[in-house]
Amino acid sequence: MSFAEFLPQLLPILILLGLVLAVIGALRRILLWRQGQESTIHWAGLFSIPQRYLVDLHHVVASDKYISNTHVATAGGFVLTALLVILIYLFDVATNILNYALLASSGLMFVGAVFVLMRRINPPPNLSLGPWSRLPYSLLIFSSSFFVLTLPASGLLPIDSGSWLLAILLVVGIIWGVGEMFFGLTWGGPMKHAFAGALHLGLHRRQDRFGGGRSTGLISIDLEKDKLGVEKPEDFKWSQLLSFDACVECGRCEKACPAFAAGQPLNPKKIIQDMVVGMAGGNTAKFAGSAYPGVELGSHKGGAVIPIVDVLLEANTLWSCTTCRACVQECPMMIEHVDAIVDMRRFETMEKGKTPGKGAEVLDNLNTTDNPNGHAPSSRMNWAADQNLAVFGSDVDRADVLLWIGDAAFDMRNQRTLRAMITLLRAAKVDFAVLGDCECDSGDLARRLGDEATFQRLAKTNIATMSQFEFKHIVTADPHAFHCLKNEYADFGGHYDVYHHTGFFADLVKNGKIKLNTNNAISLTYHDPCYLGRYNGEYDAPRYLLEAMGINVKEMERSKSKSRCCGGGGGAAVTDIPGKQRIPDMRMDDANSTGAEIVAVACPGCSQMLEGVVEPRPQVKDIAELMLDALCEEVV
Amino acid sequence: MIFDPSLNIVTLVSIGEHPLSGRPRRAEQDARALELGLKLVADNLQVLYIGQAKSPATVSVLKDYLGMGLGQIQVLDVPPQADISNTLLENFKANCPDIILTGGRAENGESSGMIPYLLAEQLNIPIVTSITDIVSIDMLTGLAEVLQALPRGQRRKIKVSLPFVASVDMAAPAPRQSAYGCAMRGQLVVKDFNQSIDDVGQRHWQVNSAQMRPKRLKIVKAKTAADRFKAATAKIQGGSGKVIYDSKESAQEIFKLLRDEEML
Ligand code: SF4
Ligand code: SF4
Repeated sequence: MSFAEFLPQLLPILILLGLVLAVIGALRRILLWRQGQESTIHWAGLFSIPQRYLVDLHHVVASDKYISNTHVATAGGFVLTALLVILIYLFDVATNILNYALLASSGLMFVGAVFVLMRRINPPPNLSLGPWSRLPYSLLIFSSSFFVLTLPASGLLPIDSGSWLLAILLVVGIIWGVGEMFFGLTWGGPMKHAFAGALHLGLHRRQDRFGGGRSTGLISIDLEKDKLGVEKPEDFKWSQLLSFDACVECGRCEKACPAFAAGQPLNPKKIIQDMVVGMAGGNTAKFAGSAYPGVELGSHKGGAVIPIVDVLLEANTLWSCTTCRACVQECPMMIEHVDAIVDMRRFETMEKGKTPGKGAEVLDNLNTTDNPNGHAPSSRMNWAADQNLAVFGSDVDRADVLLWIGDAAFDMRNQRTLRAMITLLRAAKVDFAVLGDCECDSGDLARRLGDEATFQRLAKTNIATMSQFEFKHIVTADPHAFHCLKNEYADFGGHYDVYHHTGFFADLVKNGKIKLNTNNAISLTYHDPCYLGRYNGEYDAPRYLLEAMGINVKEMERSKSKSRCCGGGGGAAVTDIPGKQRIPDMRMDDANSTGAEIVAVACPGCSQMLEGVVEPRPQVKDIAELMLDALCEEVV
Repeated sequence: MIFDPSLNIVTLVSIGEHPLSGRPRRAEQDARALELGLKLVADNLQVLYIGQAKSPATVSVLKDYLGMGLGQIQVLDVPPQADISNTLLENFKANCPDIILTGGRAENGESSGMIPYLLAEQLNIPIVTSITDIVSIDMLTGLAEVLQALPRGQRRKIKVSLPFVASVDMAAPAPRQSAYGCAMRGQLVVKDFNQSIDDVGQRHWQVNSAQMRPKRLKIVKAKTAADRFKAATAKIQGGSGKVIYDSKESAQEIFKLLRDEEML
């Protein structure tokens, strides 16, 4: 038998074997996902997979042009090559066009693979090693093997060129390549990301995220259930389990995570990989990326029916998260880390009663006084004793604007912002009123600490209070309240037109209702609050206002969607998990490196966290305070 | 659990009241008594509430106690005019527990702080007040060692014979967090207690809301931080006190004090 006769007989068998094993693997993997809880299956999403890959996924990846081009070449080349290989070598449809196409596609894949390899010459620490270091070689071998194999068939080389040595090399190459690319696709190799990732893009739990949409509100749970929150991997929704399998271990989330950078025991990438271990069973020793800072690698194990906390990961890992969403924003696979973390926190808080730090105290206070610090509910309006505010219920029943005060009412620092806001609203002759002592905490903190019950109680109370009055918009200076009112109250029947004060003031300035002094030559940088920026996409209004004051904003390297959290979100300031440094200090360093003298903020939480950084440091001012300084008193 | 599970410990709980918002809550001392009980015998702890079982405030607060990980709370449902201490006594007469843990006083209502004393007196067993911990129990000799809280963080170890009543001090370890899930799933086992005894005395009472009591001004003499630190931490140097056994003489002494303070 010659080389020319031997290969054509072996090839279909190899390819068929690879495909059959891949199908078996796929079924096995699906069974793993089905261990999870029921949730809506968005079948229609499956048709949008290519579009979502090309638009939404690449929108994220494109911030790194190198890897996005590389991925298009490699993945596009691979999909084409695989299809053509099946056509030509399995079904024997050999036309010259197909052969040339295969040469082209495997060539493309080869070029892509070369770039993948180059990326891994000196890999940044956020990339995983292990099997992921093997992948570029597998890609090279797969593409080159089929390229060489097809050369004679395309007539570019004589049919019986090559020797037995080449034949054996080709066979080995094809076995390796098909093994990695077909078998590994569904049996847990690095290529698993393509199989799970495609399905995850189609069946994503938050379909609204695609096509330029946004879906950032936490998903509510039924409080009557036998188990609240997630204790074991099987308690996740099946679609969440699927999403974990889509992770490519690119570590973009790790690079963005403020808690990881601060040396707290959290790494969002590892959480996702730990969940994969949990779902499939095994231990964490094989993980080839960065550990949770301060936690030894490989000392944990998991299984679908084994509790997660204390066995698969430590509780402090969950409680380090500020829910800043930087990881979610950065993840090319659209994985929802924050959902998973909050799900597990829910079990810790509502079933085990183990909210760390000041958590238990804060939740108790919320339940007995409706504010996290346990101030008398009747003292909520004390700060405004000199402001003569119209209060819904006692002074008015309707107003254009309901001004949501939030817990800044109890904080002397942020009362300055509130006062500035009121002067501005009055200058613009806005008809507004407040809820007074009837306002309760928005529930943001409770929800992020996993206490869904307290959140729902507060939300329902606030909704019932507001339903008694007539107003067109809600305006608030607190992005956390803004987010809850806008995105999370709808589940309980609260539908409002909510503005953050920067958005509302931007409109007033545009309409000429507020006139600002334009010669403010201050050296200033602006810190984007997570709950305004990444959660609600508002990056422009604050910048518009600053520019309207004639300020040239010195942007930090990490700004807008890449902004670094101040460290105060998600109850992180309450649980206070120790790390090597503090997140607000790191953020202040970011600000310092712009040389700005003022950090403009737009959130009471940020102003507290950043003002907590020891001097000397830039001054911290809310945009409302800056506007007050720049307000032109109209002389009529 | 650190003690013999056959030990019969009952914790009495009441409906507390938040001092600022006036909302019902776990009473702080009772929750500490419950925490202590749970530490001693875990699931074998019996928890008892006596009052109006059907009021929504009662149910919500009892659920908060259940959230500390209790399977159930026994509820003796009595009408509002019932005399709690006598009813409790009826309940305990037949089956006196080894240890009865209570808070020092209720956060609302009469708030006389008399329940532990009345129980001890009527059951004819000892009482220890303001305890922070029970460190050991010797079942053979029937003696328990308890820690009693004294001012300024001091503790006194006391030996007491079983059975006894103990009121738990605010200095005892803080109660664990109440978890919503456990709270929802725990059971309130309501018993109609028809032998409840009316509080006859109360019938003729007039109830007014309390007046803020005037506070004695504290004059800080210390000039330096070191002095203030000393004043805040040093033991009170007694010395001016006397022990007087004669009743006439002691009455005289009290009379003199009241006069000195211009209260008479
Ligand atoms: S939300 Fe922020 S803090 Fe939490 S894991 Fe993601 S990046 Fe880290
Ligand atoms: S979770 Fe997303 S961002 Fe993080 S490593 Fe996996 S794929 Fe990359």
